[in-house]
Amino acid sequence: MDKTRQIRLAKDAMDRDWADPGLDLDTVAAHAGYSRYHFIRAFKEAYGETPGQYLTHRRIERAEDLLRTANLSVTEICHLVGFSSVGTFSARFKTWTGLTPSEYRTKHVGRGAALIPGCYAMLWAGGFRSAPGAGKQNPSGEAQQRNSGEAG
Amino acid sequence: MIKGLAISTVWVLDQDRAKEFYTQKLGLEVRTDMTMGEGGMRWLTVGSPNQPEVELTLMVPGGPAMDPESAEMLRKLVTKGALGAGVLTTDDIHGDYKKLKDRGVEFLQEPQERPYGTEALFRDDSGNWFSFTQPREGGLDMDQDWTC
Repeated sequence: MDKTRQIRLAKDAMDRDWADPGLDLDTVAAHAGYSRYHFIRAFKEAYGETPGQYLTHRRIERAEDLLRTANLSVTEICHLVGFSSVGTFSARFKTWTGLTPSEYRTKHVGRGAALIPGCYAMLWAGGFRSAPGAGKQNPSGEAQQRNSGEAG
Repeated sequence: MIKGLAISTVWVLDQDRAKEFYTQKLGLEVRTDMTMGEGGMRWLTVGSPNQPEVELTLMVPGGPAMDPESAEMLRKLVTKGALGAGVLTTDDIHGDYKKLKDRGVEFLQEPQERPYGTEALFRDDSGNWFSFTQPREGGLDMDQDWTC
């Protein structure tokens, strides 16, 4: 199989299963049929960032959306986008955005009620999971929705 | 005046494989499959039986109109999954999602509710992504009460 295609299959897996906290590097690399080390290098060569950066990036983008629009707690959002530790989530979030999740929310949310009810955002983002790591759930993708918007 | 869209190009990596994918897996029909002279360009088009006036031409990058470097870049973009090829519509998204998935079509997203309808995303065998949408009756719905 073409090397680029193999790498794309791994990227697609991250776009599909980003909300799954069990999605680790070995799982993703297996989609490409690569060893971890070669996979990281090849992925970066193709897409400009490491697989870990890519996945974190996707998750943070979705967390930003949820913080702006949904009346969910930071902890709920942390688990919803696939992080298992609030500490890690907050640190990564700050690295990407320069703000902690709470600061980001304070800065971006308007007065009054959240724009989208939390129940809807949760379903939209992949459904209610019984517990973090409970298995793969409905894939979703805010980036994918953006893409489809462009095509439509 | 312009009367409509008749043909749109989808860049594929292999026309034989693409023909099989678009007919066997997606259920489209072949409209034309002809090669212009020995070793010449192969003109391959497919379309939905429900929409005779529109077809997709499945083209491989290259030919006299494209320099080798551009062809290679285009092949790479398709393979990387960077290019979207369009939106295909259905009147039974959940049934067709299952049917296509069972045939081995690689989906990026299960059917999800959107303001414009119910939408799934898949890739063709080359890497082009398609939106697969059942449009919402009555058009875009921005007013729906989503409260539980």
